Amino acid sequence: MTSATVTLTTEQIDELGRELDALKQRVVGDLGQEDRDYIYNVIKAQRALEVAGRASFYLGFLPPFWLAGVAALSLSKILDNMEIGHNVMHGQYDWMRDPALNSKMFEWDTACPSDQWRHSHNYMHHTYTNILGKDRDIGYGLLRMDESQKWNPYYLGNPVYAFALMTFFQYGVALHDLEAENLVTGRRKMSENTALLNGIWRKIGKQTLKDYVLFPALTGPLFVSTLAGNATANLVRNVWAYSIIFCGHFPSGVATFTEEETADESRGAWYVRQMMGSANITGSKLFHVLSGNLSHQIEHHLFPDIPARRYPQIAAEVQALCEKYGLPYNTGRFSKQIGSTWAKIFRLALPFGTRGQKDTPPAVTVVPKKVPVAA
Amino acid sequence: MTAVAPTRPTRWRFSPLGLFEALATPHGVDRYLELVNPMLTVRDLRAEVTEVHRSTADTVTLTLRPTRQWRGFQAGQFVQVTVEIDGVRRTRCYSPACSQYRDDGRIELTIKAHPDGIVSQFLHANAAPGLVVGLAQAAGTFQLPQERPGHVLFISGGSGITPVLSMLRTLCDEGYAGQVTFLHYGYTEQDIAYRDELVALAAQHDNVRLVLAYTDQADGGDLHGYFGQEHLEAVAPWHADAETFLCGPPGLMASVRSLYAERGLINRLHFEDFAPAPIVADRDSTGAVSFDRTGRSADNSGATLLEQAEAAGLTPAYGCRMGICFSCTQIKTSGCTRNIRTGAIDADPDTEIQLCISVPVGDVALDL
Repeated sequence: MTSATVTLTTEQIDELGRELDALKQRVVGDLGQEDRDYIYNVIKAQRALEVAGRASFYLGFLPPFWLAGVAALSLSKILDNMEIGHNVMHGQYDWMRDPALNSKMFEWDTACPSDQWRHSHNYMHHTYTNILGKDRDIGYGLLRMDESQKWNPYYLGNPVYAFALMTFFQYGVALHDLEAENLVTGRRKMSENTALLNGIWRKIGKQTLKDYVLFPALTGPLFVSTLAGNATANLVRNVWAYSIIFCGHFPSGVATFTEEETADESRGAWYVRQMMGSANITGSKLFHVLSGNLSHQIEHHLFPDIPARRYPQIAAEVQALCEKYGLPYNTGRFSKQIGSTWAKIFRLALPFGTRGQKDTPPAVTVVPKKVPVAA
Repeated sequence: MTAVAPTRPTRWRFSPLGLFEALATPHGVDRYLELVNPMLTVRDLRAEVTEVHRSTADTVTLTLRPTRQWRGFQAGQFVQVTVEIDGVRRTRCYSPACSQYRDDGRIELTIKAHPDGIVSQFLHANAAPGLVVGLAQAAGTFQLPQERPGHVLFISGGSGITPVLSMLRTLCDEGYAGQVTFLHYGYTEQDIAYRDELVALAAQHDNVRLVLAYTDQADGGDLHGYFGQEHLEAVAPWHADAETFLCGPPGLMASVRSLYAERGLINRLHFEDFAPAPIVADRDSTGAVSFDRTGRSADNSGATLLEQAEAAGLTPAYGCRMGICFSCTQIKTSGCTRNIRTGAIDADPDTEIQLCISVPVGDVALDL
């Protein structure tokens, strides 16, 4: 595998950091009514789809209504989790001082309790993005997603585990903070998980009561049909969320880092890692909204706390900065990004790694170079 | 829209509301209803502006119709009103000026547009019937004693008139028979928001005496200049045997308080601060304030933690900025703080503190 190298001086990295800081400051200074109106319009659409979906199941004995119900409820859950929940919990709307959209108070329509998500995602994943051994989102403690993860026979099941994770994604996310892989190796004790498990149990209880008992019961004789519709909507959301999220950091060409490389990194170097460790997806406006604008994963990882509708607006500037400093800006069609992610899942099931793979674009290594002090 | 919904009891009992909440989970029922009609709520307290009246050049009087959660108020108490301005929710405290017995259950607020007041300027310029605002239940200990005093002296200045006017109107509704003097200070006759109502009340009730004092107008009115011993002796020589209720700008508050303290009458003086007390920065402010969640830190400037957080570029929630509404409560993870209102020192780790009235004493870390 050919590996390209970009050499940036520490001064260049600092300068890039300043340019990105200035870009963020510009967006933050411009936040206002439009951003509030936007998120409330998304919420209105989500709640309307939810009500329409639940109502359609009363006519669920007619296949078109059952299908329409599933479609509306799936879209509702996708909007709730992606463009609303994920982004609100990042604090993107905390500046509005609205308790209903406050990162500390918001709860989303999925199995994972929001406080646990904020810890594993906002703190761990967004701080230590793509650092092996620190970012547990690399393979979720379940999969082999990087060549540097040592192979063992367990990973022969890589595609099977990935498929199971996709199918039951909301429960996988809910159990993420329990660090099952560290329980197996003895690095974590089950007793450390008691409080987390209580939280997960309570949340799953409420979600199950709603989707699999109360709403089906309210449709009387259509109990089973409604239950099946709700389960299908949850499944659709699971597959979609899994696919978008896996496209964020696992397509080919995305870099991973070691703890040594990233010790004492500067603000600028942190930005460089975020850009090199993330990948975008191209698509229509509707596609971006349904992905929670995670199709702009690079912009999201640079500025996780600015409203996501701003990411498409600044994408051209971020891409121009990448070009200016010779950094990759990994982007592609959804089919290309998800295709290369699944290819990687299959490839890494085997011990041979990725040597000689033609479809792997060169990874870029940034070598921070100190400029010698002029004599 | 206002406070967080109270947590439901864990013991399960069937109720229609409980069923709706189980169906709406994880969102509150009000998060759905507000999209249809913001005045249709099951838990949140809100109010609709039904009348807007601009009585002087810089004040606006609003009549609010609260949702059914409203539990009423005692004359002298305040409410928190929340409005959205350019996407941001802002909360301020105002004291209703109407009688607590007002028969349509509505509340009347008179708001002075301060030159730098974001909310007061917004309401003065934009308030119109139909506007829905967030509301919190009435609070505050500035009230008439349950057993009404024999005689009452009210002293107010500027927009500080509202809580004492509410007390006066309430006493009149009760048929109170004791001696009442209502001493109010304004710049000029044009600045008195409730002049006609006050004159009418005094005319209708033999026991109520209205004294208007102008600080910037030489003729007309009953008194001129600022509050002093002569004013007090002239209008209420019996004040030592009465209860005095005071609300107004810092200068008026200070002079009344010092005179009452001098005369050993401070126990007979009840007051409400409307403006935050000026904060003198600790001369010996040392250490640094660190904000754990954002990873920022700054040298301790001696200002309140709310101001220091804002100076560091953070936007913590806040409300009254004078220590009464608890909107800005956050967790102090370590360090020692001083409450500037009470002087109390708090050195416990992981305690909730009110940012707006806490100053750091040495190094302080906040979960912010």
